[in-house]
Amino acid sequence: MSRPKPEPVQQVKQRRDGALKMLVEGIPYAQFLGIGFDRRGDELTGVLSYDDKLIGNPMLPAIHGGVTAAFLEVTAIIELSWSYLWDDIEAGRIDFDALTPESLPRLPKTIDFTVDYLRSGLPRDAYARARVNRSGRRYASVHVEAWQDNRTRIFAQATGHFLMPARDDTSANG
Amino acid sequence: MSDQNDKILEQARQFIEAIPHSRALGMQMDEIRPGCATLSMPYDTRFVGDPRTGVIHGGAVSALMDTCAGAAVMSHPQAGASTATLDLRIDYMRPATPGQRITARAECYHVTRSVAFVRATTHDEDAERPVATATGAFTVSRPEKPKSEGQA
Repeated sequence: MSRPKPEPVQQVKQRRDGALKMLVEGIPYAQFLGIGFDRRGDELTGVLSYDDKLIGNPMLPAIHGGVTAAFLEVTAIIELSWSYLWDDIEAGRIDFDALTPESLPRLPKTIDFTVDYLRSGLPRDAYARARVNRSGRRYASVHVEAWQDNRTRIFAQATGHFLMPARDDTSANG
Repeated sequence: MSDQNDKILEQARQFIEAIPHSRALGMQMDEIRPGCATLSMPYDTRFVGDPRTGVIHGGAVSALMDTCAGAAVMSHPQAGASTATLDLRIDYMRPATPGQRITARAECYHVTRSVAFVRATTHDEDAERPVATATGAFTVSRPEKPKSEGQA
């Protein structure tokens, strides 16, 4: 009964942060909007850093509804990809150091996305967390919520359906 | 009435063209008439969602459709001068062809005292096959009550 020696913490962090960085930086539009991700274990929080170019109504002012939709959609896709790739990342089956954005694992594709606008987005940073409610071989359903100052005061939420990338079954032994 | 319509359309155009995020995405208003708007946006590598294919991100398509739907509401004679999105559902039919301009057309097809209902379609340079469609509900701004004589 010998337990395997625990992995050094730095090695674990480097692997997970490297994987997340590659996923997020692989989406140019997320970079354009200024979206980053915080990670605590496997829990991800999307962070939309405020910038004047995100404004949709200069009179209020409020964040553009399209920015909110995009932020929610990016968070949903990253969360879904993250949960889908987690086992491969942890098992070291994906060498993120050797990957380029062009050779990244395929991402899920959005089928539909429904955004519910609850209050106007204020001109400051926003945060979002997504929950994968169902993830099958072909389809997934993801819910995502965004807030600003108070976690309980959600300013927008969305549900989306996604088409999962085809699993490479040639490596699996049944 | 026609003068009134022209005024509404001009206001809607000015409002849309002044939106910082629409400018950041390079949106252009191609047409506006009562309850209908057409907006387009150029292809730009900064808006790509998947660098392997060069396909534009769904979020950029959402931003174009949300703006276009809002313009359709503001141009509607019964919907008032300003609006906000209550909800928007987007269906993605196919990836937009990389390198091509995308165009959204929105129609505000019903307005109540409180809500405006809109549908929109986006296509690339192949206008026959839609890239995405959307349906949404938007707020209707209340006309300001005329002030009574006694109030300052």
